[in-house]
Amino acid sequence: MAEITSLREAVAALVADGNQVAMEGFTHLIPFAAGHEVIRQRKRNLKLVRMTPDVIYDQVIGMGCAESLIFSWGGNPGVGSLHRFREAVQAGWPRPLEIEEHSHADMAARYQAGASGLPFAVLRGYIGSDLPRYNQKIRFIECPFTGETLAATPALNPDVALLHAQKADRKGNVLIHGFIGVQKEAALASAKVLVTVEEIVDRLDASMNACVLPSWVVTCVAHVPGGAHPSYAHGYYSRDNAFYKGWDAISRDRERFTAWMNRHVMSTSDFAEYRRSIASEAAAAPQKEVSLA
Amino acid sequence: MPELACTPTEMMTIEAARRLRGSMVCFVGIGLPSAAANLARALHAPGVVLIYEAGAIGSKPDVLPLSIGDGELAETADTVVSVPEIFRYWLQGGRVDVGFLGAAQIDRLGRINTTVIGDYRNPAVRLPGAGGAPEIATSAKEVLIVMKQSKRNFVEKLDFVTSSGFVDRPASHPCARGRGRTTVITDLGVMTSDPSTHELTLSAVHPSITAERAIAETGWKLSVAADLGSTASPSEHELATLRDLFARTARAHGSTITAPSE
Repeated sequence: MAEITSLREAVAALVADGNQVAMEGFTHLIPFAAGHEVIRQRKRNLKLVRMTPDVIYDQVIGMGCAESLIFSWGGNPGVGSLHRFREAVQAGWPRPLEIEEHSHADMAARYQAGASGLPFAVLRGYIGSDLPRYNQKIRFIECPFTGETLAATPALNPDVALLHAQKADRKGNVLIHGFIGVQKEAALASAKVLVTVEEIVDRLDASMNACVLPSWVVTCVAHVPGGAHPSYAHGYYSRDNAFYKGWDAISRDRERFTAWMNRHVMSTSDFAEYRRSIASEAAAAPQKEVSLA
Repeated sequence: MPELACTPTEMMTIEAARRLRGSMVCFVGIGLPSAAANLARALHAPGVVLIYEAGAIGSKPDVLPLSIGDGELAETADTVVSVPEIFRYWLQGGRVDVGFLGAAQIDRLGRINTTVIGDYRNPAVRLPGAGGAPEIATSAKEVLIVMKQSKRNFVEKLDFVTSSGFVDRPASHPCARGRGRTTVITDLGVMTSDPSTHELTLSAVHPSITAERAIAETGWKLSVAADLGSTASPSEHELATLRDLFARTARAHGSTITAPSE
């Protein structure tokens, strides 16, 4: 049964230095609050996993928490590059980052294999791509029935999955809706699961085929309203596109990034205080232009 | 030659939109492919089925998404599924007619690089990476690529082959080498792949663009089709619809949104 607890206690209990940690959420429901708590607690040598490391992993990597990253697309969606990720790869700052790179179809399949208790994933993938030349985990097998060459990659089984969802009930059953990404697979593939939620309710009122994580596959639930900001929570709030655009300038420079993180994340006690901190700063700032490039 | 009443990017987006027809099932990348696909829906192809990798099937957004998983893509979809399902049942299952992509670099065989500029282990520029492209480019029955053209990104040799295309598909593939086409729409014209070798050939140029200019902006020796065509200038309706789509998008996102810069 999931324990309903504070985010601080949950991260302290579930995330250890050196763990393989998956924070999932495909554009939607990205667990920013949980990521910030990992940074605040100065976790180190984390082996990060995520299909689309966006701003949250830019922050975790830039603050020196990670030693490696398994991923399939690393960018600031709709804006451009992740500057902290790029500087870690290109210049080893603040520490070198070992990368292991896959495609989306493969990462999704690896989580499925992990959730299924299978040793590897199989897909019709990487045809003609250079990725297998640089990633020894991408291999090829022959189909025993047709002889077709198919890609095979090892299952993903993270030590802990950090997720954000709309609702949990008081027993810790979790409802995820909208774009559900790979959250169910990541949860079932991981040894421990922490879910932050917008609200805790008496009844989930989930439809029969809804994406529900039963309480007994979830380790901890923490109530963190707004915990996916600047990504979004369908039915609660929209994506803060201006934040993503603004992140480009904040993250471009080491000193400015570090000062921003120290001011808003390291010097605040929790996500609510962090939100107040950035809101007070934003109130004074001019509106930014957003490009579709 | 009369000056075009539109920008090169508008010409490229409109020509790309014209390539989608009827009830084609289109797996859409973010940025220019998404803009062109939604323009096609607003113009001549309201029945085109748009699939976005976040899990949306049959999205009908009224404004352009900024990210591949904007809420409107889910709200206007026929169904919303998980990411593993999108890539397994819908893409690798052979249900996608057109894979619609952009890229940082492309070569004469229509292979694309979205991974690194320079050496992989010591890159000059680290790009976002593969995303869905390797399997989109090798599962769809037809591949459309939209990108601005210069010698710098239409190269003789890719720094990294992120995603191949028809040229590397084996005979056992459900849509094998020799059975599909790659079309590249640029701000200068259109390149179409040879049915057997899959080499890209200049098949059309945009109004006021010469074949010589397209050749000069290509890093390999670009072949020109014997029956080189010319794309039609945007109609008033096409241009007005495109500009209205961007204006609507800007209003919806509550900030000043501009088309990708020239």
